[in-house]
Amino acid sequence: MLQGHQSWIFENKPIIKGTATVVGPFEGQGPLAGDFDIVHGDLMLGQDSWEKAEKTLLEEASKLAIENAGMTSGQVNFYVGGDLMNQIISSSFAARTLAIPYLGVFGACSTSMESLAIAANFVNSRSAKNVLASACSHNASVEKQFRYPTEYGSQKPPTAQYTVTGAGASVISQDGEGLTVTSATIGRVIDMGLTDPFNMGAAMAPAAVDTIQAHLRDFRIEPGYYDLIVTGDLSKIGYELAWDLFEKHKIPMKQTEYYDCGMMIYDYEKQKVQAGASGCGCSAVVTYGHLLNRMRRGELKRILVVATGALLSPLSFQQGESIPCIAHAVSIESGEKR
Amino acid sequence: MSNNSKKKLTPVQQEYKHLAKKREPARPVIKNCIRAFLVGGMICLIGQAITDMFVHWGGFDREKAGNPTVAVLIILSVLLTSLGVYDKMGQWAGAGTAVPVTGFANSMASAAIEHRSEGLVLGVGGKMFTLAGPVIVYGTVAAFIVGILHLLFNPSGVGGH
Repeated sequence: MLQGHQSWIFENKPIIKGTATVVGPFEGQGPLAGDFDIVHGDLMLGQDSWEKAEKTLLEEASKLAIENAGMTSGQVNFYVGGDLMNQIISSSFAARTLAIPYLGVFGACSTSMESLAIAANFVNSRSAKNVLASACSHNASVEKQFRYPTEYGSQKPPTAQYTVTGAGASVISQDGEGLTVTSATIGRVIDMGLTDPFNMGAAMAPAAVDTIQAHLRDFRIEPGYYDLIVTGDLSKIGYELAWDLFEKHKIPMKQTEYYDCGMMIYDYEKQKVQAGASGCGCSAVVTYGHLLNRMRRGELKRILVVATGALLSPLSFQQGESIPCIAHAVSIESGEKR
Repeated sequence: MSNNSKKKLTPVQQEYKHLAKKREPARPVIKNCIRAFLVGGMICLIGQAITDMFVHWGGFDREKAGNPTVAVLIILSVLLTSLGVYDKMGQWAGAGTAVPVTGFANSMASAAIEHRSEGLVLGVGGKMFTLAGPVIVYGTVAAFIVGILHLLFNPSGVGGH
C-alpha cells in the first residue's frame, strides 16, 4: 500500500523465507567470510569467461535460496533480478536456467533492494505466493566492462572501490516463519554533477541521504526507530559525505547505528581495497548473509537497508556526462509488526 | 568540457562538489613519484644490463643491441602480465611500470587475455589495441609534427637522425 509520497507499507507481512549468498575468493578472505553460504576458491568458478562465472554465481545463489526456503523452483511464481552487465545478461541467463517467470530490473548497485522491494510488493499485494529476488556482480566482469582489462597495470586512486564478486538471493513468501519485509521507499534519481567514475561513493551519497530522508518523512519516524541503518556501497568517502549531509539536513542519525556495506566486507588493512567495496553483490551478500544472520541471532530487531546505485554507463562517462545516482530503502524486521 | 559542465551546475550542486572535493583523500603524489622513479629506473637498469649482455656475448654493436633488448623486456612484461603480477606491480609503482615499453606490452597483453573469450578475431584481434591504439595514433601524429618542424628549422638536415 502506498505510504506518503514514495513508499510502500507491507501490511500483509511478506516473509523472507530463504536466502543464499555465494561469493568469490577475495570476499572469502574478508571479515564476513563466515556469513556466506558458498565461498568459491576460483574467481572463474571453473567457467571459461568472467561473464559465465558471474551467471554461475547467480544461478547457485538462486537455487540455494529456493532450497533454503524448502521449495522447488516450480513453487516460485516470479523471479525479479538484475546485475551490472550490459543488458543484464547474468540475470536473464540465470533465469533461462531457472525457468521461473522473470522480470529483469536494473538499478546499478541498488538492484539488490530494488528487486527485494518489488518482490515484497508482489507478495504483499497477493500477486504472487513466492517470489525470488536477487542481485549479483563479479569483480572481473565489471572491471572489463567499465574500466580496464583485469591484468592492466594502472594505478587506482585512493577513492576507487573494489567490486564485490558475489550473488545474493532471497525467497519472499506469503506465509511461513522468518524475518518480515515491512516497508520500502523507492528513490529519486539524484545527480549532483560529479563526473569521476573512480569516486562513485561521493556521487551516490546524496541519493542515499535523499531516500533516507524520504523514508523517515513518509513513515513519520526518526532514525532511532531502527537498530541499524546501512547504505549499500558508499564506502569511506561517500560514508563521510553522507554524515556531512545528515548534519546539514538535521537528520538525527546519531540516534541509531549507521554503517555502510561497502566498508564491512573487506579488511582495509590486509586487503588494500582503497575506499572500500561496491557492486550489486556488495549490499546483496552483506544484507542476505551478514545482516540477516545478525537479525536471526536476535542482535538486531529492525534494520533499514539503503542500497545505492550509480546509473552511469562506460559510454556516458566517456562523453563527459555526470553520474546520476539512486537509492532504494527496504526495512526488514523481526518479531511484532509496527 | 569540465569548465562547460561547471557552469551548468546549480548552486547546490556546486556546494556539494566543493564538499566532495574536501572529503576526497589527496593522491600521494610525492610517494607516487618516488616509487615511479625507483621502479621505472629499475626497469631501465635491467634493460641496460640486457643491452650490455647482447653487446658482450651476443656480438651486437651498441646501436643494434636495442632491438633484442626491447624484445626481451616485452617478453618479460607479457609473462608477468599472464601470471597476474604486472597489475599488482602497477598499483604500487604507478607510472613507473606504465611508462617504459613494458607498460605498453602490458596494455596489449592484458587486453588480449581479457577479450580472448570473444574469439581470436573480434576479441583478441579487435580489442588488443583498445588501450595501445591511442598511444600509437598520437605517437605517430607527434612524430609527424616534430618531423615537419625539423624540416622547417633545419632544412639542411644537419644533426639528429
